[in-house]
Amino acid sequence: MNRWAMLLFLAVVVAAFLSPFASPHPDGLERVAEDLGFLKKGESPVLQFSPMPDYTVATINDERVSTALAGVTGTLITLAFVWGWMKLISKF
Amino acid sequence: MHIPDGFLDAKTAVATSAASLAALKYSMTKVKEELGERDVPSLGVMAAFIFAAQMVNFPVMAGTSGHLLGAALAAILFGPYSASLILSAVLIVQCLFFQDGGITALGANILNMAVAATFVASCVYSAVKKLKFAGSEIAAVFLSAWISVLVGAFLTSVELALSDTVPLNAVIAPMMLVHAVIGIGEGIITCAAVGYVRRFLDGKSGACVNSDAGGGVN
Repeated sequence: MNRWAMLLFLAVVVAAFLSPFASPHPDGLERVAEDLGFLKKGESPVLQFSPMPDYTVATINDERVSTALAGVTGTLITLAFVWGWMKLISKF
Repeated sequence: MHIPDGFLDAKTAVATSAASLAALKYSMTKVKEELGERDVPSLGVMAAFIFAAQMVNFPVMAGTSGHLLGAALAAILFGPYSASLILSAVLIVQCLFFQDGGITALGANILNMAVAATFVASCVYSAVKKLKFAGSEIAAVFLSAWISVLVGAFLTSVELALSDTVPLNAVIAPMMLVHAVIGIGEGIITCAAVGYVRRFLDGKSGACVNSDAGGGVN
């Protein structure tokens, strides 16, 4: 098996099986924003068109399954995006 | 440390977007010179791996989490130019599809995490590696990862202050402190991931291993 295919497989495994168990706590910036009282400034996204906001799939109720599905989808979208972008760069 | 909409004012958003665009344009010309078509899949996989790893928040301190940034990981393995494009792609996907990082802050997020963090990581990695002491390789990887997170946190703080969201003297210390802790996790994961990828690259290579970045198989 191609070595890069193995790393891709590992990425999908991480997205599917580790991301649902990620710490739900705020990240560093959110923590600081909360402590210093400016978190609320960032609570209204300008455009709400993201199909999977906060890494969840709306139609799936089980939180872990929803996150896993969003994670795997995002991993594959990222793969396709970079693949396509780099292909374009190398050709033109 | 993805900045959401609402944290940055218009001038900061425009200035950071312009800087990011210029940097990415330059990176694209460099990547075009360096890359062959056979490197395309490996860059895609690296980006996919970083996206997945960024979803896994690990706990740091009480009630706070952090996750891998991946800027140093990509910069060490592929050089700063490819790394900046990989990280930008991850940030664009997160912003558009998952509402992680505001669309108006995308330029700033790219500047902080995809441009500055990858370039500084590359420089730190090369500089420490050149010292050639026992364990300099792993020290170079760890330090470059740790510092890359601090660079992002520093720029984020400056942008928040320029936007009058919060005074610099209030935000800088807590931002650097929390990210100094998150950076330890970044360092550990980056060392493990670089070791893993290097081990399988030792055999056959479909990867672009950039000598400018001091990358390469030992």
